[in-house]
Amino acid sequence: MGLNIVVCVKPIPDPKYYNEITIDPVTKTVKRQGIPTIINPIDKHAIEKALKIKEQHGGKVILMSMAPPDAQETLLEGLAMGADETYLLSDRKFAGADTLATSYVLARGIQKIGEIDLVLTGTESGDGATAQVSSQLGEWLGFSHLWGVVNCEVKSQDDIYLKTKIENGYMEWSGKLPMVFAVSREINTPRYTSIMGVMKAKKKPFTIWSFQDLDLDEVYVGLKGSPTQPGDIFSPDMGRKGEILKISKEEAVELIIEKLRANGINIESFFSGCVRGERNE
Amino acid sequence: MEFFKFNEEQEMLRKVVRDFVESEIAPKAAEWDEKDVCPVELFPTMGELGICGIFVPEEYGGTGLGHVERTICLEEISRHSAGLGIALMTHHLGMAAILNYGNEEQKKKYLPELCAGTKVAGLSVTEPGGGSDFMGQKATGEFIDGQWVINGRKCFITNSHIADVDVWVVRTGTDAKDRATLSVFILEKGMSGHTPGRKENKLGLRGSVTGDINCVDVKVGPEQMLGKEGDGAKIGMAAIGEVGRAGMAAICVGILRGCVEEAVKFSKERIVYGKPIAKLQAIQLDIADIRVDHEAATLLTYRAASMKDAGKPSATEFSIAKYFASEAAARSARKTMDLMGGYGIINEYPVGRFLRDALASLPSGATSHVQKLIIAGSTLK
Repeated sequence: MGLNIVVCVKPIPDPKYYNEITIDPVTKTVKRQGIPTIINPIDKHAIEKALKIKEQHGGKVILMSMAPPDAQETLLEGLAMGADETYLLSDRKFAGADTLATSYVLARGIQKIGEIDLVLTGTESGDGATAQVSSQLGEWLGFSHLWGVVNCEVKSQDDIYLKTKIENGYMEWSGKLPMVFAVSREINTPRYTSIMGVMKAKKKPFTIWSFQDLDLDEVYVGLKGSPTQPGDIFSPDMGRKGEILKISKEEAVELIIEKLRANGINIESFFSGCVRGERNE
Repeated sequence: MEFFKFNEEQEMLRKVVRDFVESEIAPKAAEWDEKDVCPVELFPTMGELGICGIFVPEEYGGTGLGHVERTICLEEISRHSAGLGIALMTHHLGMAAILNYGNEEQKKKYLPELCAGTKVAGLSVTEPGGGSDFMGQKATGEFIDGQWVINGRKCFITNSHIADVDVWVVRTGTDAKDRATLSVFILEKGMSGHTPGRKENKLGLRGSVTGDINCVDVKVGPEQMLGKEGDGAKIGMAAIGEVGRAGMAAICVGILRGCVEEAVKFSKERIVYGKPIAKLQAIQLDIADIRVDHEAATLLTYRAASMKDAGKPSATEFSIAKYFASEAAARSARKTMDLMGGYGIINEYPVGRFLRDALASLPSGATSHVQKLIIAGSTLK
C-alpha cells in the first residue's frame, strides 16, 4: 500500500556523558561543551519501527527534527540507518520553544510535506523527558494518537493493531491511519547502522526549512509561543556529612535505623525472615 | 599540509563501529579472553555491517572502502578485544591475497561469502622452521597427474581452527640458482587431508584461535592456484607486509587507546591522600607518556594506511608503524598497570589483558628486530 511515515527525532547530549554536564550557578546555563550529540535513543526505536513497516508495505521513511543547524550531522545517522530523507526545521525564532511550540512547528512541517499516513516518535527525550510531543502532534494534526506503544502491526490502512503498556499491564487497540504514536524501548531492538548505510546517507535528500518556509503563526512559535518556562536550574548538593556519636553499639544501631527510616529507606525489608539479633536457622 | 583529520564519512563510520563494539564486544571481551574462545558467531554481523569486506569492491560483495577505514574498524574492535581484532585482521589477510592476486573466477567464488562473514579466511605461511625465513618453506606442492598434491605443516596460524578458506604458501620447485620457488593455493576446510592440528594456549590475543594446520596429500586442481606458479613470495610478502603488519599496528593503536582511557578513568576515580591520584605529578608524567605513545602510534599507522590507499608503496611505513605501535602498547600497558597499583593486576580491570595482548602483538607479523631490519634496509638502500 506504500505508506509515508514521518519519524520525529531529537538530537540530545549523549546520556553516557551526563555526569560531565555542569550548570553555571550564576547564569543558570547548562554547560555541555565537548559532549557529543546523538539521536535521542528511544527515537531510534521509532526509526526501526518505521523501517520495518516500510519493509512490509513499501513507502517512505522521512525524518523530521526541529533543532539548530548543527544537528545535520546527527540526523545523518538516521539516514544511515535506512531512512529515505530528512527535514530539519531550523530558525532562530524557534529557540526557547517548549513542547507545545515544538509540536506546532513539527506539525506544520508534516503538513507541508503532505499526504503523511503515520507519524512516529519515541515516548520521551533523554534530556527533557516531558513525553508530551507525540500527543500534541496528534492534536495539531487532527490524527488519532497513542503513547507508549510496545507492539504495532499495520495490516491495512484501516486495520492497525497496537498494544500499549500501562501501570499494571497492557492495553490493546485497533486504529486507522492517519495516526501518531510514540513507541517505547520494548517495541524492538534498533538495527546497527551499516557502513554501506553511512556511505549512502550523504547522498539522500536533506532539506532545511526556516520560519519563512513554513506556514506559521509567530504567536505559537519559540519562546513567545511557549506557555511553560523552566523554573530554577541547579545541581543537587551531593556533599557528604559526618556525625560522630559517642554511644553504645546497641544505641548506635537503633539510631542508624531510625535515621535511615526517616530518610525513606525501607528497613523492614532488611529484616524479613529473621529476628533482629538472632540468626534465622 | 593539512593537520591530520578524518573526513565526515570516516568519522561516522567510526561512530557506527564503536556503537556495535560497545554493545556486542566490550561486555564479552573479558570472557572470550578467559575462556580463549573466538566469537565466530559475530562474523556474519560484522559482515552485515560491512566490516568483513571493508576494502573489497562492491562487485565482490564488499563495502568498497580502503585501508584507512579498515584501520578504523580494527582500532575500534581492538580497543576492547585485540583477540577478535587479530581474528578479523587475519580474515582480511586471506581476503587481500585473493582480491589482489586471484582471477575473476576465484574472486567471485570466495569473496562474497568472506565479505558476508558467513565464511572465515586465513593465511598459512609460518612453519615450525620459522616464519621470517620466508623462502625456507618446507611445505610442498607437487604436480602429479594433473593435480597439485600439497603436503606440510603450518604453525602459529591465526584462525587455524575456524577458517573455511585457507590460503597456503608452499614450495613448488627450485629456480636455476637452486632457490625455492613458492606458490600459493586456496584450500578449503574439509578437503581430504587438510586438518587443523595442535591448538596453542597463548599469553595474549586470546579470543582468537592460533594453531597448526596439517596437509597430508591434499589434492587440488590447478584452478586452486592463486596467481601463477612461483608467485608465492610476492603474494605472501605483499599480504604480510601491507595488510598483516597494517592490521597489527591498528590493533596496537586500539590497545593504546584502551590504556589512555583506562589510565584517565582510574586516576580520576582513585582517591589517595584525600584527592584523586590524577592530581599527583608522578601519575601525570605516566599519563603524558601513554598519551604520546597513543598519538604517535595513531599518526604512524594512519599515515601508512592512507599511503596504501593512495597507491604508494607502504611496506616500510607499515613496518615503522607496527614496530612503534606494538612496543608502545607493551610499554604503555605496563605504565597503566603501574599507576593502578594493586588494582592493575586484578582481572576485573582490563589492563592486564591489554598488557598480555600487547606482548603477544610483538611477534605477530614479525618481531621488532625483523621490523628494524626492514626499516634499516629501506633507509640504507
